[in-house]
Amino acid sequence: MQSTPTIANTRIRRWRASPKWQMFTSSPLAVASACWLIFVVILAFVVAPLVVDQANHQTIAMRFYAPFRLDKGFAFFLGADSLGRPIMLQLIVGARTSVLIAIFAVSISAAIGYTIGVISGYFGGWVDNILLRLADIIHTVPSLLMALVVLFILQPSIFNLIIVLGITRIPVYLRTSRTQTMEVRERMFVEVSKAIGASNWRIITRDIAPLVFPTIRTLAMLEVSAVILSAASLTFLGIGLQRPDVDWGMMVADGRAYLKSTWFVAVFPGIVIVLTALAANILSNWLRAVEDPAQSTLFFRAKKKKEIVKA
Amino acid sequence: MHTYLGRRLLSGFITLLGVVVVVFFMSRLTGSPIDLFFPEGAEPAQIEAFNKAYGLDKPLVQQFGIFLLNVAQGDFGTSIWQQRPAMEAALSEMPMTLLLASIAMTISVLVALLLGSLAAVYRFRTVDRTITILSLMTSSMPHFWFALVGILIFAVQLRVLPTSGSNNWLSWVLPVATVSIGPIGVLTQVVRGAMIDVLSSGYVRNARARGFSARRVVYRHALRNAALPIISVAGDIAAGMVNGAVIVSVVFAFPGIGRLIVGAILNRDYPVLEASVVVVGVSIILLNLLIDIICSIVDPRIRLN
Repeated sequence: MQSTPTIANTRIRRWRASPKWQMFTSSPLAVASACWLIFVVILAFVVAPLVVDQANHQTIAMRFYAPFRLDKGFAFFLGADSLGRPIMLQLIVGARTSVLIAIFAVSISAAIGYTIGVISGYFGGWVDNILLRLADIIHTVPSLLMALVVLFILQPSIFNLIIVLGITRIPVYLRTSRTQTMEVRERMFVEVSKAIGASNWRIITRDIAPLVFPTIRTLAMLEVSAVILSAASLTFLGIGLQRPDVDWGMMVADGRAYLKSTWFVAVFPGIVIVLTALAANILSNWLRAVEDPAQSTLFFRAKKKKEIVKA
Repeated sequence: MHTYLGRRLLSGFITLLGVVVVVFFMSRLTGSPIDLFFPEGAEPAQIEAFNKAYGLDKPLVQQFGIFLLNVAQGDFGTSIWQQRPAMEAALSEMPMTLLLASIAMTISVLVALLLGSLAAVYRFRTVDRTITILSLMTSSMPHFWFALVGILIFAVQLRVLPTSGSNNWLSWVLPVATVSIGPIGVLTQVVRGAMIDVLSSGYVRNARARGFSARRVVYRHALRNAALPIISVAGDIAAGMVNGAVIVSVVFAFPGIGRLIVGAILNRDYPVLEASVVVVGVSIILLNLLIDIICSIVDPRIRLN
């Protein structure tokens, strides 16, 4: 019985001593970003269902209620929009839409792009050529344009928004994982696996995919921010979503007409978009730095220098 | 060099063909223009005449065949919405977009080279940290929101810039800023990364050891070798500027292909939509070709691949 906590303690100690964790805690920005993203996800999935009725409740008397006052309750702290809906609660409900879109669109495109990219890069040949050509075609039509056209055909809904954004972002992962697979495929250990008779399936899943994965993970984090921005652009243009569904881009569009008289209706949702996209960007940046051996050695060298100077 | 160029041209052509196919089938799915141009319960004869005039009565495959033949001759049909050849409409809007994109691209590349190199030279210090955070911030800024805040500050509060139009140079300031804000952030990151890689390489250390000034090493030795990733990302970003152009056309009523595309979608104007997407596609393919050629000049090894 006594050994259990000791093992746990050593594990925790070992984990806290690991370079990754040290780099994480020594970067207050990365910690703050992670906290913000977790906070938004909690708001989206735990708080949003509780406040959705109150958020969509229209009170004409509260129209354009100015922000930063608490006399009408905490819900109206960020003011009210053109129909007297509390902006803070709308932001929370909007978070659910944005988070859902970001999580599912990124997972769909990453999973498909990663799988196809690794397989197509490994086997090469004409299938690879055709896939690359398809990716080029999707890539040539600007993503927003493609989404505009497709969403105009489909009914506006969160589901369709996810599908469109998921499909248009596949080429990003496909190209990256394909290029990296082609590089890994030539390495000695793949040759060795082949020589001892490993099947293609085993080589792909055991030797190649795990080496390509970190890049895809970093890319996916970066894409979270790209997808949040694209989704917001589309809903800002009035395509993709319809009330009572709401997201941050739509809220900015609602506030646009009243920009001159009531700035806060358009400004607050924008600030939330920037903060969330920024947090994802910072985390992706940090992941890239951690996974790049050249950069992390530089980091520790810089840190050691500082310690020497301090001493 | 010739075989390389030939191969790139061929693959560009195949991509273009793909874009044309995709565009045709997508725009035929956006719903019938009849719902938009005729009131409910319109004369069937009238509708039939309309369908015949625009070739909408034939089977889809035949429509596609005719479409391909016409496209090969540069003929996309007459705009349903503007009553002029669709290609003419698309081409007349393109110069504005190209001008906007070139100005924005020049500004972004220059600013990014400056900031990115600074960050790389002073890596992991305050300068680098500040630049990195600023660049991450600008690349996290949605176009449309930046445009609105720009209007709010410079047009509504300070009254120094107009809210829309394109008549004098002042009205270009906000649109150009809106389109370049994201690219500046992304490019700065790329320049910083590429420069850090190059600056920690052996030949840069060697050049420093031989007594060349830091400035000379950065501009002569490092930047030239860091150019490859920067150029290829810059190409992608330039292609993505069409996204910014769409937003700018909506927020600032700025002329250009963005305005035409949004209008064509709202008016279900197939010919114009097809022509504009193909024109955008051709521009991007040409741009990619140019980037490939530049890359192969900068790094001749690429030609052999």
